[in-house]
Amino acid sequence: MNSAHASAPHTGHYYVPQPSLYPFFLSGGMFLLALGFILQMNKFAPGPWVMAAGAGVIGFVLYRWFGAVIAENQRGDYTGWEDQSFRQGMVWFIGSEVMFFAAFFAALFYCRHISVPALAGMDPAFTLYKDFTVAWPSAGPKGASFTPMGAWGIPAINTALLLSSGVTLTWAHWGLMKGRRAQLNLGLILTVLLGVVFLGFQAYEYHHAYTELGLTMGAGVYGATFFMLTGFHGFHVALGTIMLAVVAGRCLAGHFDAKRHFAFEAVAWYWHFVDVVWLLLFVVVYWL
Amino acid sequence: MNTATHTLDGHGGHAHQPGGLLRWLTTTNHKDIGTMYLSFSLLMFFVGGAMILAVRAELFQPGLQLMKPEFFNQLIGVHALVMIFAALMPAATGFANWMIPLMIGAPDMALPRLNNWGFWLLPPAAILLTLPFVLALFGIGDGAVATGWTLYAPLSVQGGIGVDFAIFAIHILGISSIMGSINIIATILNMRAPGMTLMKMPLFCWGWLVTAVLLIVTLPVLAGGVTMLLTDRHFGTHFFDAAGGGDPILFQHLFWFFGHPEVYILLLPVWGLMPHVLSTFSRKPVYGHTGQVWSFVAIGVLGLVVWGHHFMTAGLPVPALLYFMYSTMSISLPLAVLFFCWIATMWRGAMSFETPMLFAVGFIVLFGIAGLTGLVLADVAADAQYHHSYFVVAHFHYALFAGGIMGVMTGVYYWLPKWTGHMYSERLGKLHFWLTVISFNLTFMPQFFLGLAGMPRRIPDYALQFAEFNAISTVGSFVLGLSQLLFAYNIWRCIKGGEKASNGVWEGTHGLEWELSSPPPHHSWETQPVIKD
Amino acid sequence: DYTWNFPKPVTPIGRDTLSMHNQFMVVITVLFVVVFAIMLYSMIRHRKSVGAQPAGFSGPTGALQWFWVLVPFAILLFIDFVLMGIPAFHAVIEMEDTRTKADMVLKVTGLQWKWKYEYPDSGIGFVSALSTPREQIEGQAAKGENYLLEVDNEVVLPVGRKVRILLTSTDVIHTWWVPQFGVKRDAIPGFLRETWVRIEEPGVYRGQCAELCGKDHGFMPVVVRAVPEPEYAAWVAGKKAEMAAAAAGSDKAWSKDELMAAGKAAYEKNCAACHQPEGQGIPPAFPALAGSKIVTGPLLSPEGRLIPDSHVDRVLNGKAGTAMQAFKATLSDADLAAIITYERNAFGNNKGDMIQPAQIKALR
Ligand code: HEA
Ligand code: HEA
Ligand code: CUA
Ligand SMILES: [Cu+2]
Repeated sequence: MNSAHASAPHTGHYYVPQPSLYPFFLSGGMFLLALGFILQMNKFAPGPWVMAAGAGVIGFVLYRWFGAVIAENQRGDYTGWEDQSFRQGMVWFIGSEVMFFAAFFAALFYCRHISVPALAGMDPAFTLYKDFTVAWPSAGPKGASFTPMGAWGIPAINTALLLSSGVTLTWAHWGLMKGRRAQLNLGLILTVLLGVVFLGFQAYEYHHAYTELGLTMGAGVYGATFFMLTGFHGFHVALGTIMLAVVAGRCLAGHFDAKRHFAFEAVAWYWHFVDVVWLLLFVVVYWL
Repeated sequence: MNTATHTLDGHGGHAHQPGGLLRWLTTTNHKDIGTMYLSFSLLMFFVGGAMILAVRAELFQPGLQLMKPEFFNQLIGVHALVMIFAALMPAATGFANWMIPLMIGAPDMALPRLNNWGFWLLPPAAILLTLPFVLALFGIGDGAVATGWTLYAPLSVQGGIGVDFAIFAIHILGISSIMGSINIIATILNMRAPGMTLMKMPLFCWGWLVTAVLLIVTLPVLAGGVTMLLTDRHFGTHFFDAAGGGDPILFQHLFWFFGHPEVYILLLPVWGLMPHVLSTFSRKPVYGHTGQVWSFVAIGVLGLVVWGHHFMTAGLPVPALLYFMYSTMSISLPLAVLFFCWIATMWRGAMSFETPMLFAVGFIVLFGIAGLTGLVLADVAADAQYHHSYFVVAHFHYALFAGGIMGVMTGVYYWLPKWTGHMYSERLGKLHFWLTVISFNLTFMPQFFLGLAGMPRRIPDYALQFAEFNAISTVGSFVLGLSQLLFAYNIWRCIKGGEKASNGVWEGTHGLEWELSSPPPHHSWETQPVIKD
Repeated sequence: DYTWNFPKPVTPIGRDTLSMHNQFMVVITVLFVVVFAIMLYSMIRHRKSVGAQPAGFSGPTGALQWFWVLVPFAILLFIDFVLMGIPAFHAVIEMEDTRTKADMVLKVTGLQWKWKYEYPDSGIGFVSALSTPREQIEGQAAKGENYLLEVDNEVVLPVGRKVRILLTSTDVIHTWWVPQFGVKRDAIPGFLRETWVRIEEPGVYRGQCAELCGKDHGFMPVVVRAVPEPEYAAWVAGKKAEMAAAAAGSDKAWSKDELMAAGKAAYEKNCAACHQPEGQGIPPAFPALAGSKIVTGPLLSPEGRLIPDSHVDRVLNGKAGTAMQAFKATLSDADLAAIITYERNAFGNNKGDMIQPAQIKALR
């Protein structure tokens, strides 16, 4: 075996799961969700129903599928070899998520440093926008006016929250490694709570933006990038929180030991990734 | 669903497999999944081909005969999306599923259930792409996406429900490809037989390793781009609207950051396959294994940084133009290495020309035309003339059909006996080859001249001076299309029966995949082989 | 007049492009022939059927072999960055230098699916659209010589002058392309792009929109007539007079019959492609006007002001996010009044009211 991936030569069997209908139904659910959303956006009446059906199928299948994986794991089907595959999978999955966020960061960079200056910098004799000047935040030459979101209120609190959640999660991990289950459980529950509070603050911030600042999705490129970046981030925090809650539940049920706890680590990686994205967001969206 | 009550190691034999349709819906076996990918690909190849035959029929003569321009626009874009995402990419993934575990001595793919999901995402996506055509027949919506496959804003912001369908089709296709890529990377990094170091790994696996990384890096960016498009369409954002400070060109950056690497995503698996075929039929070792590996890596890296050459007439600043021109041209260097290695592999061999070898040679020559014209396109000054003309259409069909599809056909003929245990008909295979190359050139060679003379692409009707070449091209395309029925027939015959294939199939093969029986047992390498030296 | 290569260039940029293209074609043809001659030689000599014995080498060994490996690499480096790279560098600098010593400006605006041209220096402007009759396209009449490459109003430019061309668009991206100029540049909504031409010979030069811009993308040609300076001056004077007459038209009071007659002509030219000659439209993308709620709604508010989302508002200001454009940007007051009056009274709409060009002028 190649030396970079530590595990010794594998002599045993690799666990190939039994045939399963979950993937097929998961795809079917995604199809319905997409179809329903399309119908909904184009104002066809059945839209919401189709969406709900799709979401229901997806939720059910995910619940069962993850359940099956947990059962296989508890039964001891997985050895270090399979574990290695899961780790690889999770790392590359997070890699793809990084690139997804990169697209939106790139859009922010582009609008701020390329398109807005270009719109403001046309040959004065022929410019299409007489009194538009370079500024950031900007809603563009014909955008509505709005108040940008400051960095040092809620966003700063949220930064602190997420950073502490990273700490509590690591603390929980130590607990797991050292066999201190109480520390593990407490750390996880605290992390989940911090995640929930973060989301609560974000919801409040959005409300404030819409009702008082005039800062909406439609507020030019600033509004667009602001809501898409923070929105997708918030969505990831929500997913991460759910995953943490599941892991917390499993810890309470006595799953995992100091050596084998891939699910815990995967969620932790994911959470740290979400954390890092937030730091970037805080700097480039709110602060600078 | 999971009715299993037994086996801790999961290596049940055939007995535990559901039969009939359920086998295919539920399978976690890499060969079954590979077969599904390949069958789906063939089906969609005909669907995408049928669409463009209608287009070619409309272009047979000047004037509008068969369809409205709106419908024409829908056909070309969906043709491209179907061919690229539902025919060519799944074919390569099918190869990967079948062959990578066999080649590296693995029992299966690393993540078998995920593997099944990767496949079963494709049919819903294909339905989303084509459903709007059907809905329009019932008066719902105005048909499929009519923006070309590039979905440029703001045309796509203005478009109808078909754009939304395309956006979600792309999301789902993207998830499928990312899942497939994750699986392939995990398999390659984690499942190789003891002793098979990365530098000893077969080139086909290398081609796919780079492909998979490219997919993971670029597809999410496309997903982000079409998501912005969706919010611009329905949720009031202004990413691509100057009034709000956005820019239509931003979409082009996001699209082509994916779109250019995509062309290497389509061809790297084929470039990985070629040395195997050439070495087999030259009865000689692959030339320059290490050099080719590094070329793949170089192509992958360079491929990520040259996207701007697709919109050089959009008014990029001069430094950007020059940068994109020189970086694009530099991709010819690793490709020259590949061409050199291919020819050096043949050099002083003992060649024979069975169908796979014919296709390989056809591939090299015709892809040479694609690559060399690509090099010319990269020249910013001259590109002002070529851009969005039929010259480009010809260039990329030499790359996509002669490079991609003919590359896939090379692989199919090469491995079919291994997969089915039977030999296909060599006579039909050769007939298929000659009909394909001749009619392919008849279809697309005239398009180079049309482009030079000034015919823009994506037009349903054209000026009179373009008539003769268009007529020739249309005739060629129908012969080309019909010839592909031979291909399908030959495959079908081979599945049904025919002369038994030996384990090695061809005289000059070597590698783990040829040590297993033909067809290989349901579970490939239950105990991993050990590679010595 | 078909050529196997670029059509004859008539600008410095066009000549540059052609010569670069020709050189490049020679280079790649040579490469192609040499590379595949070697391969073909091998395929003939090293066949099993002629008794060839396979060699066993799998990579370069020894200095000589490395030399042969590096030769193609070096050749390509030379081609990419010297032989083709240097002329391309100069050509790009030249192409992008739109402002130095520019004699005049032409502003081009792309619209679905026609071109609007303005001459800021002389204050004239007009819209140029395909003039090939529908019958020819649909095969009910013989196709003329310049099928699809002819327009109602040609752009006229003086020979020998450097014309700086500014491009923009009001709806989607269009691309202004005239092959014989070697010029192709995108017109991007909300932005300004630039290019330039110096036409060296009088003549009529034809091109097309080169970016997919919706259903009639194939039907928006560019026709430029290059004429000697005096003729150009005369043409400008004539255009100015024409525009003055049109302006006068908006001040006079029109009879309903006059409006209907002018309206039918203008409708067929500007609206029928989407809403169809009989106003039946192509739903859902292009709504029907016959019996339309909007068309048969009230004309103006009692105070004579524009009602939001009314018929007049739609025609003047378009509908954002659709192919319905703001026609006040391209049509004269008289045309707008005529079209509105016509739409309200044709196709069985029979509203019986009308609107005067002077009213439109006031609404602008
Ligand atoms: C699989 C598909 C594929 C491949 C492999 C390529 C390969 C290349 N392409 Fe192509 N291209 C497309 C698919 C592909 N392309 C598509 C689909 C489009 C249009 C998209 C759209 O607009 O819809 C396009 C468009 C396109 C453009 C934009 C044109 C325009 O719209 O104006 C450009 C410009 O630079 C370009 C360049 C190149 C280059 C430089 C390569 C290089 O990779 C080629 C490198 C290869 C060589 C240079 C040949 C190798 C050399 C030899 C034969 C060796 C001989 C030499 C010696 C030994 C000395 N391509
Ligand atoms: C892998 C990619 C791929 C492949 C394989 C092909 C294959 C073909 N393409 Fe495609 N094409 C593209 C990718 C591809 N194309 C892309 C990316 C575009 C750009 C789109 C855009 O502008 O946005 C394009 C655009 C394009 C155009 C330009 C349209 C325009 O600009 O107006 C044309 C015109 O001739 C064309 C022709 C063909 C032909 C004749 C084939 C032939 O090779 C097809 C061979 C035919 C068949 C395989 C048909 C077999 C079917 C039958 C025999 C009928 C039986 C039917 C059933 C059983 C259902 N293509
Ligand atoms: Cu305007 Cu195409
Ligand atoms: Cu490219």
